[in-house]
Amino acid sequence: MPETALLPLIVASAFIGCLVPGLLARFGRNMSALGAAGVMASCLALLIPLIPTVLAGKTLLTAYAWLPDYGLNLAFRLDGLGLLFCLLILGIGLLVVLYAYYYLPESDRLGRFYTFLLLFMAAMLGVVLSENLLLLVVFWEVTSISSFLLIAYKRDQRDSRHAARMALAITGGGGLALLAGVLLLGYIAGSYELSVVLAEGERILNHALYAPMLILILLGAFTKSAQFPFHFWLPNAMAAPTPVSAYLHSATMVKAGVFLLARLHPALAGSELWFWLVSGTGAITLVYAAYIAFHRYDLKGLLAYSTISHLGLITLLFGLDTPLSVVAGVFHIINHAIFKASLFMAAGIIDHECGTRDMRQVNGLFKFMPITATLAIVAAASMAGVPLLNGFLSKEMFFTEAVGHPVFEDMSWLLPLFATIAGILAVAYSSRFIHDVFFNGDPIDLPRQPHEPPRWMRAPVEILVVLCLLVGIFPQWSIAPLLGAAASSVLQTPLPAFELAVWHGFNLPFIMSLVALAGGITLYALRQPFFALHDRLPSIHANLVFKRLYEQLMIFAHRVVSWLDNGSLQRYLASFTTFVLALGGWAWYSGPSTLADATYQPADSAAFAALATLMVGALGATLLHRQRFTAILFTSVVGLVVALTFVRFSAPDLALTQLAVEVVTIVLLLLVLHYLPQHSPAEDSGPRLIRDAALAACAGAGLGATAFAMMGTPFETISGFYLAQSVPGGGGSNVVNVILVDFRGFDTLGEITVLAMVGLAAHALLDKLILVAPGHDSDGRPWAKELHPLFLSILMRPLLPLALAVSIFILLRGHNMPGGGFVAGLVTGVALILQYLASGIDFALQRLPRHKAKLLALGLLLAAATGAASWLFGYPYLTSTHGHIALPLIGEIELASVMVFDLGVYIVVVTTVLMVLAQLGRLSRHNEESA
Amino acid sequence: MEAIVATAIGILTTCGIFLMLRARTFPVVLGLTLLSYAVNLFLFASGRLMLDAPPLIRAGARYTDPLPQALVLTAIVIGFGMTAYLLMVALRAMAETGDDHVDGREKS
Repeated sequence: MPETALLPLIVASAFIGCLVPGLLARFGRNMSALGAAGVMASCLALLIPLIPTVLAGKTLLTAYAWLPDYGLNLAFRLDGLGLLFCLLILGIGLLVVLYAYYYLPESDRLGRFYTFLLLFMAAMLGVVLSENLLLLVVFWEVTSISSFLLIAYKRDQRDSRHAARMALAITGGGGLALLAGVLLLGYIAGSYELSVVLAEGERILNHALYAPMLILILLGAFTKSAQFPFHFWLPNAMAAPTPVSAYLHSATMVKAGVFLLARLHPALAGSELWFWLVSGTGAITLVYAAYIAFHRYDLKGLLAYSTISHLGLITLLFGLDTPLSVVAGVFHIINHAIFKASLFMAAGIIDHECGTRDMRQVNGLFKFMPITATLAIVAAASMAGVPLLNGFLSKEMFFTEAVGHPVFEDMSWLLPLFATIAGILAVAYSSRFIHDVFFNGDPIDLPRQPHEPPRWMRAPVEILVVLCLLVGIFPQWSIAPLLGAAASSVLQTPLPAFELAVWHGFNLPFIMSLVALAGGITLYALRQPFFALHDRLPSIHANLVFKRLYEQLMIFAHRVVSWLDNGSLQRYLASFTTFVLALGGWAWYSGPSTLADATYQPADSAAFAALATLMVGALGATLLHRQRFTAILFTSVVGLVVALTFVRFSAPDLALTQLAVEVVTIVLLLLVLHYLPQHSPAEDSGPRLIRDAALAACAGAGLGATAFAMMGTPFETISGFYLAQSVPGGGGSNVVNVILVDFRGFDTLGEITVLAMVGLAAHALLDKLILVAPGHDSDGRPWAKELHPLFLSILMRPLLPLALAVSIFILLRGHNMPGGGFVAGLVTGVALILQYLASGIDFALQRLPRHKAKLLALGLLLAAATGAASWLFGYPYLTSTHGHIALPLIGEIELASVMVFDLGVYIVVVTTVLMVLAQLGRLSRHNEESA
Repeated sequence: MEAIVATAIGILTTCGIFLMLRARTFPVVLGLTLLSYAVNLFLFASGRLMLDAPPLIRAGARYTDPLPQALVLTAIVIGFGMTAYLLMVALRAMAETGDDHVDGREKS
């Protein structure tokens, strides 16, 4: 198997693996944890064989077409950056699985937790392994949704749900902006494949749409990476269980934003706009969040804001846009992931053991948990940038870049000063974490007596802290190859010369480090006045702003909904008609207005007579609609004229169908009217009637004029094929029928399915329904007691076999002459209705099949199976066949497979009519019984 | 000839829409029936009006366009299905609310 085939396999096994812990949860939490770890380990095992190739500087690509016309392909890519992120996602993921097993309460089976965690991990792997940008956006959205599920894991808590909603609103909204940006980017670059896009940097930068595209994509990245002013969802997301925070806010979720900056760096970076937007946002976030972190009492809150601050630093580094700053940014992604994951886990241990994480209570823990304390102190020192730890190295690279950055020539002191202030604040909040929690007197009112956590709960922290030291002391040996591969795949150029060493000599960056350390410790020592000052400052909580906006939006949405959707059908139909009229009017106004080449046929007196009859029918039904019985009679006149129109204009099939439908419809209307009021009350106001009449008249005039224009315009029909192929291809000379059962058989299958649903709906809607019909008509005259006139019932009985014979005749000849399954079914339906009218429902039902639903299914199956039968002979679905058979007495007839199909149509039509009728009949029987 | 059919379509549409805008279930169903006639005629007319040219294959004959006819045939049957369905919904609504107002209440 080629190496590249492993890439989709990694993503696929992660997504499929989501199900494993959920399925294993019934065997207890151990199994579910093992399952989750197993899935991650197997993803890692699939990844490991690819590592040497990628470290050697190669990019693995593989693609499968998904929707190629839209540029969306299942294309995957593994290069240094992708490898780095995969290792972070899977490595820290494994540690989180172990940690969560101890952190979450014993009573939790963990199936749901690990399923969500794996789903999230799978989506993250998808993001970092995507070669296709649209595919990347798809996975990006899955991370938003799965992180929503993870943050809301404690779903019985209001805070969790609120935080999850907020995270989803911000990151999901950013995802939409990203989608728009990516669409623009693909349009500019001419492809959604990264390999193409990354090589088109020049063209993209000079394109007119560069600025909007960049802003949209940055919105996506900044919301995900919690950059100011979208940062506030992250501290709220601390409502999630700590393992989730350790995973989402160190290595994965928030890193997706900076991953995107790194991924698209060759395509987007290099402009002034990029520099100012990205480095500006990063710088503000870096300092602002560090300042807030320093003032937090909540342990996780401090870590949350420090995370935002470090993400700001990474953003700033990508924004500075020199080759070395990009290397530093990638390096800091790694370092931050390692030390922040361990710090979150340590904070979780403290929370777990003490029952609180308020730093005003949690003090002096060193004597209770010395090992955990040591680990956390080392990790926090790395966060502060203390030498010999990994955080120091990337911070030192940041300082070096700050000193030498070319853009600030005139104010070369500005950036270093800024960097030093950020460094001081980082040291200050790290000192606070170390000193407040582990020293600073004794614990105050802890809910629990703290002690060391279980052995294996600490293990993930130990591993991560060892990594901090390894990278910090032996960078060249431990991290350089991976960093090199990742950074060069970000830059898409050969790497600049850089030296990963602990000691670079006594230079300006080192002095800045020293100043930051000393200043930070001093700041922490003098914290009381600062805290007092901070408390007096007016606080603008982004949280509150969001809440206000959210509430306003909800109120607005409710207003719009209650305005549009007020539950009035009349209003919906009126606004719908108005809207369609407006659209039509616009098209009319803007379109060509000439009918120059229109030709028309002369009218004759029969046509005028028919029109006059139709007008009487339609207007009569409308004007007298409140006398419902009269209105039905007028409507039936219209139906007859329409059927005659079909006869006149060469459509015998339509005329037959229309006639049969007309009879059934009128009978149904009469039956139903029996249970409804006989008159409509006069309740509509004059203005409303005028408004409705105007709307209706406009619509009528519009449609009539359109029809008139259409009929006069010459056109080219596509029906030549059907006419030519009807006999040789379909084996029938009635082209309409051949189209229905052969050429467009699949449509017909859909249509009889709809009919079947009507039959079933009759059962669903009317079964067990009790409606009492009035015993007299609207004028107070009682209905005749004589239910079934003898004359009628006697006369009708011999008619049934006759009608059945006729309908079979119509069915059989339908392929060549007017007729077919629809008409035959309706004729049978009419015959049965006649029996029902003449002899009552009991008589009719006794003579009919009882299991109508089965009959319905039989009809559908017959039609579908005829189509499927062509598979047996290796033809596409619904391919027809036909031949001639000689029968004794009747002679030679042409038999086509579609006749079976038509039989299915027939059965469905008959059964539907029957089911409706039987339900209505049941209503009347109930009335007879109660009478 | 075309003008007559177009007038018929226009009148049926007008009456149909006016009835559909009424507040009781029964006129709405009637209106829908009238509108269905109009729409079916319109679809049918898109194949143009031809006299004595049914689409039945026989020697030396001319044929009208069969495709709109096939479409309208199914439209007629589906229209019947919809009418039947609406009538049953109207019955059910009558039973549930004791009234035949389209919004399930006396006056909007």
